[in-house]
Amino acid sequence: MSAASIPAQPGPPLWLLAELTYRCPLHCAFCYNPVDFATSGPELSTDDWLRVLREARAAGSVQCGFSGGEPMLRDDLEVLVAEAHRLGFYTNLLTSGVGLTEERAAALKAAGLDHIQLSFQDSTRELNDFLSHTRTFDLKQRVAALIKDNGWPMVMNCVIHRLNIDYIDRIIEMAVELGAEYLELANSQYYSWALLNRDQLLPTREQLERAERVTNEYREKYGDRIRIFFVVPDYYETRPKKCMNGWGNVFLTVTPDGTALPCHTAKMLPGLAFPNVREMGVREIWYESEGFNRYRGDGWMKEPCRTCPDKEKDLGGCRCQAYMLAGDPAAADPVCDKSPAHGLVVEALARVESGAGRNVPLVFRDPATSRRLVAGES
Amino acid sequence: MSAAVAADACPRVSRRFRLQWEEAQSAWVLLYPEGMVKLNQSAGEIMRRCDGSRTVPAIVADLEQAFGASGLADDVAKFLELARAQQWIER
Ligand code: SF4
Ligand code: SF4
Repeated sequence: MSAASIPAQPGPPLWLLAELTYRCPLHCAFCYNPVDFATSGPELSTDDWLRVLREARAAGSVQCGFSGGEPMLRDDLEVLVAEAHRLGFYTNLLTSGVGLTEERAAALKAAGLDHIQLSFQDSTRELNDFLSHTRTFDLKQRVAALIKDNGWPMVMNCVIHRLNIDYIDRIIEMAVELGAEYLELANSQYYSWALLNRDQLLPTREQLERAERVTNEYREKYGDRIRIFFVVPDYYETRPKKCMNGWGNVFLTVTPDGTALPCHTAKMLPGLAFPNVREMGVREIWYESEGFNRYRGDGWMKEPCRTCPDKEKDLGGCRCQAYMLAGDPAAADPVCDKSPAHGLVVEALARVESGAGRNVPLVFRDPATSRRLVAGES
Repeated sequence: MSAAVAADACPRVSRRFRLQWEEAQSAWVLLYPEGMVKLNQSAGEIMRRCDGSRTVPAIVADLEQAFGASGLADDVAKFLELARAQQWIER
């Protein structure tokens, strides 16, 4: 394929991520919800979501993720799962397990839910607590048992950062004890709340190397019993990730207020109008809207990406990271060492090594802080 | 791995996967937690016959009849070996 052959015309939106609510009982300092989530408009109604599910399925969506916030806080979750199942979606629920009672698990099973991804999240403001905190462990244990009893595969996810990375052995042990078949150890990526807390959350190189080593030891120890995925923070790479597998290529996110996005953080990008599912149908959103077409193909690229022989591999990386770090959403992702702004990533890593942020308090995700940050910005 | 499979085994799509026809992709796909494998036409035609009720020779005969072809046994055996290694099918 020649370098000019990245198609601008996408296939169907295979992946629908339904962010049902920004409400959440937890306060994770690495939360991927937008920092201004508390000023977001009213949530879509049940009927709105049912329509979105039908339209997305008709447009070719096949994987459906229900997430949030905490999706268990929507009491119509079972209704939405049932409709998604009826339409032929493969249905995934991404939850911290808070609110997943025996009754609701049974109702979700009856509705046809295919899969639950259970996250270890910090249920208290004491980060280290989440490892020793018996309440957290009891909750996960109860929910893990529900997942098993209902015949779902046991998939766990834990966001990794500087404050828990040294306990990776205990996290893996805990997952094994809970009967996890798959464990994703996903280093925090630095967007939204995690970006605010970057100096405190980004691990050092030494920590990261140790964690990878320990993870490999456990892989050998447990073999097929548990499959462990380890996701490195992209700041430690020299080439960016192919973000969302390409802008507007397979992923469609619908936020709680109905905004349709190519990824869950894209709303931050300046000069782009993203459509709302209350006003536009999914097919039109996907194929016609300006927001989804803007960074498709490679016509928007600048140097060094435009003439780069690797541009098909990563499509220039993440638009949000380019904007957050280089101030230009059409720039190369600064994770790339060919980017003129790569120095900013190197500097962030140097700050970590020098101990910056060690005594700075974390900013926890909650509605009051969100409103305060919005007020402070304007 | 394949040596352990009995000659009269009736392969069936593994419980970890769901096989379904996707009109938008004009393809059979295998769905699993947060993922999807799109099958090419011949893989799809073989997989849809792995319903736990047919032996491998029956699957081959059915395919040969449906497509007016002959001598498909080797291709089918090769694919089933791969499908077993991927845990797409049981037995
Ligand atoms: S990351 Fe934490 S605070 Fe954010 S939505 Fe998930 S559980 Fe809630
Ligand atoms: S210059 Fe652009 S296209 Fe090339 S590797 Fe870097 S980010 Fe990717």
